[in-house]
Amino acid sequence: MKDLTTWVDVCRLSDIPKNTGICAEHQGKQVALFHLNTTANASSNSASKQLGASSAIKAVANYDPFGRANVLSRGLITETDQQYFVASPLLKQQFCLTTGQCQQDESISIATFVARINDGFVQLRES
Amino acid sequence: MKKQRIVVVGNGMVGHHFIDQLASNHGDQYQIVTFGEESRLAYDRVMLTSYFTGKTADDLALTTPQSYDNQGVEFHLNQQVTAIDRESKTLNTASGQTVAYDKLILATGSFPFVPPVPGKDQPHIHVYRTLDDLDRIAHSATSSKVGVVIGGGLLGLEAANAIKQLGLQTHVVEFAPRLMAVQLDDGGGKLLRRKIEDLGVTVHTEKNTQEIVNGEECRYRMNFADGSFLETDTIVFSAGIRPQDQLARQSGLELGQRGGIVINEQCVTSDPDIYAIGECALWNNKIFGLIAPGYAMAKAAISTLNGGKAFGGKKVLFTGADMSTKLKLLGIDVASIGDAHGNTPDSQSYSFIESATGVYKKIVVSRDNKTLLGAVLVGDSADYGQWLHLVLNKIELTQPPEYLLLPEVEGAISNASAGIDALPATAQICSCYDVSKQVLCQAVADGAQDIAALKSCTSAGTGCGGCVPLVTQVLNSELTKLGVSVDNDLCRHFTHSRTELFDIIRVKQIRSFEALVSECGQGDGCEICKPAVGSMLASLWNDHILETDLVALQDTNDNFLANMQKDGTYSIVPRIPGGEITPDHLILIGEIAKEYNLYTKITGGQRIDLFGAQLHQLPPIWQKMVDAGLETGHAYGKALRTVKSCVGNSWCRYGVQDSTVMAILIEQRYRGIRSPHKVKMAVSGCARECAEAQSKDFGVIATDQGWNLYVGGNGGMRPRHADLFASDIDDATLIRYIDIILMFYVRTADRLQRTSVWMENLEGGLDYLKQVVIDDKLAINDELLAQMEHLVDTYQCEWKTTLADPQKLKRFNHFINSDKLDDNVIFTTVRAQISPTDKFDLALELATQL
Repeated sequence: MKDLTTWVDVCRLSDIPKNTGICAEHQGKQVALFHLNTTANASSNSASKQLGASSAIKAVANYDPFGRANVLSRGLITETDQQYFVASPLLKQQFCLTTGQCQQDESISIATFVARINDGFVQLRES
Repeated sequence: MKKQRIVVVGNGMVGHHFIDQLASNHGDQYQIVTFGEESRLAYDRVMLTSYFTGKTADDLALTTPQSYDNQGVEFHLNQQVTAIDRESKTLNTASGQTVAYDKLILATGSFPFVPPVPGKDQPHIHVYRTLDDLDRIAHSATSSKVGVVIGGGLLGLEAANAIKQLGLQTHVVEFAPRLMAVQLDDGGGKLLRRKIEDLGVTVHTEKNTQEIVNGEECRYRMNFADGSFLETDTIVFSAGIRPQDQLARQSGLELGQRGGIVINEQCVTSDPDIYAIGECALWNNKIFGLIAPGYAMAKAAISTLNGGKAFGGKKVLFTGADMSTKLKLLGIDVASIGDAHGNTPDSQSYSFIESATGVYKKIVVSRDNKTLLGAVLVGDSADYGQWLHLVLNKIELTQPPEYLLLPEVEGAISNASAGIDALPATAQICSCYDVSKQVLCQAVADGAQDIAALKSCTSAGTGCGGCVPLVTQVLNSELTKLGVSVDNDLCRHFTHSRTELFDIIRVKQIRSFEALVSECGQGDGCEICKPAVGSMLASLWNDHILETDLVALQDTNDNFLANMQKDGTYSIVPRIPGGEITPDHLILIGEIAKEYNLYTKITGGQRIDLFGAQLHQLPPIWQKMVDAGLETGHAYGKALRTVKSCVGNSWCRYGVQDSTVMAILIEQRYRGIRSPHKVKMAVSGCARECAEAQSKDFGVIATDQGWNLYVGGNGGMRPRHADLFASDIDDATLIRYIDIILMFYVRTADRLQRTSVWMENLEGGLDYLKQVVIDDKLAINDELLAQMEHLVDTYQCEWKTTLADPQKLKRFNHFINSDKLDDNVIFTTVRAQISPTDKFDLALELATQL
């Protein structure tokens, strides 16, 4: 079956320093993209380890619903039990990079986006 | 019911303590009135000498008119009480008032004894008791070269220190054959004399002053009984104190043979409605001239007043007090514990003398060598707390007594913690504030689980500080019992404390977070360990914090070398060393602010903060700053912020040193150095302290002879006055001390721990820090100094370097794939400048417009 999904190049993977984030404009939205380069990734994914790649890309909304500002891409990445979160640079609430769920407030979660690394490029999937 | 009217005569430390305790615990039952002879409410007489080393009368004040008003305490200053009419229960004041009382508390204190020497009543001859006395001494000093203190006791040596601080040639004249005859034995007295003479104070013992006549070289000549004489311009009598019992005498209360108002265990005098407390009171034929027994009497008097209902229903009696003391005289540690003279029958004594460094220690033990009875310490009183605890609680010695005297050998310090658990719950740990072991244990159980919290909720260890090691032992022992492992782990990724990690990074030369994790951690880090490790790597190796391996560790502000504000924009602070700025730089900053439409504000640290810059604007703004010779101010870093200064003696007519030049030197030396938390410093050009240096981590205040260095101050949420670390030091010594203390702080503090809390948690406190820095007790100073040199040598303006590196600059754009700006950043104009717009307000405004 042919893959009909459209992927859009955002930047080169090397444009995002390891374990930091950047912000991209995508279909009129601000998306925070994080370049994970982690031990969990390296050990759990033996295939990619063999290929010499231990990087992954996570994408969530850039808007911090607590601080009400577009800043999450500038947050610090944290890890608990091989789950990854971004801590807001404003008031430090943490959001899961996979589900968008806020750690400090169950009622809050942020949007997530589908992203991948393809041939050295970071790509977001169009919806 | 009508409130009982309690009149307190005397508003010294003890009178005030009584009032404060009564008002705060039973204020609803009593109407409190107090009379003081001095012009001020109670102040800290124990710290009197610090009046000459930068403290003001306000600093020493124990209360304010405002807080007395709030407590409902009626007070009359400058008012002498002249008579008591016990029949009608009233008293008369010098101004002719008649005041009724239900209970009368005499807290009249003591007065300095001046021997009846002919010529003693002359203008430049003083006593040493009140702030007014100190003002008079200071005034005399302005027209004097030589000063003499008569009396080589505890207060006399304090007075000598004051005279020396005022810059006079200082002499101490003592009648007895040795200094501090009451507290010290012969050996201790001799050593103390030698140490004091090394400081340039001349000591004359066995001198009996016969008369004071006009001098030839100086204002006065003191003629001694042995035919010798001494010339001086000013004299301070400090030949002991006498209880102020005049009022009691006139009203027929029972007095002791040599004075003092006789009291019983309830602190009641021979009249059941009159109590006496403090230095005017005589219990068991003894006067207690120290503060702790005075406070104990106040407590007993309150208990009596309440018919034993005070203090949790427990009746408190005064049954004598331990007269052990530890103090610093002219910078020399002196302590005396319990039976220092070996007056106990069959007691034995051991002594230890180290002539090279000037340390004298003597212990007095029971005949069976099992119990410590007393001790004398000169030159090093680090053992005071431990030994006092052994004496007061009669702890059985587990080793031969001479072991106590030997310099600390590893493994030989087992007396300590075994003793703590063996102590009864009622054992007093802090004698200044009468805090028992059970009070401490309860506070720990209630959640005070570090030393700073324990100090603030129990006051233990906040007086003389001698008990802090014991308080720490109680804390650790209780935490262990409560099942709280004393957990210093940094976070879930590292089972090490920050200090341990610092040593690992240093010794193993670790350069990245990943390398540290593989050495001793697990996982990928979190908001706690990443910035902490980033800071430690910077403190040790000083690489640019936005280097590839380091950028992911930086928290919000460090991450983009600017301070993020609530709307995601940044503020910018260029360094303005010492607050000195040229008009050209000032204009440039103004032009930049205008060009980029930035909100502009002067900071508390004598700098200029420019708000509202967006990410992409940071590099061009900094390019302009750097081109004009401005540097980054590290307002975003846990690092030195500013060195505030006054203008100093180049302009100020009061200044004694050039504080601005020193501030610039210090700021340029320590700029950019990453530390556990932010560090603030200040330099004042004279004792007026316009730069507010005592509220800084490092404060420097100019003196006639050099600089005074203060450490561990803080403003903000938990204000703390800095501690005086060293006096009258020269430029080189000042820098050397700051170098070592700063590096020692960087090495040993917890993450995000300011110097104030670090100091409070440092076991051994200020004295220990002095031993480390001044005596190089840990033999690490060379290493710390070398580390500092490395940091100073490798300084770079982080912005200048960033601007030269296209790779680093790539991050300074809102979008990586577009040149658009963040449409969520919207400013409104307030007071002619921009201000972030509250989005909710804006939404509301739009809604109403629609």
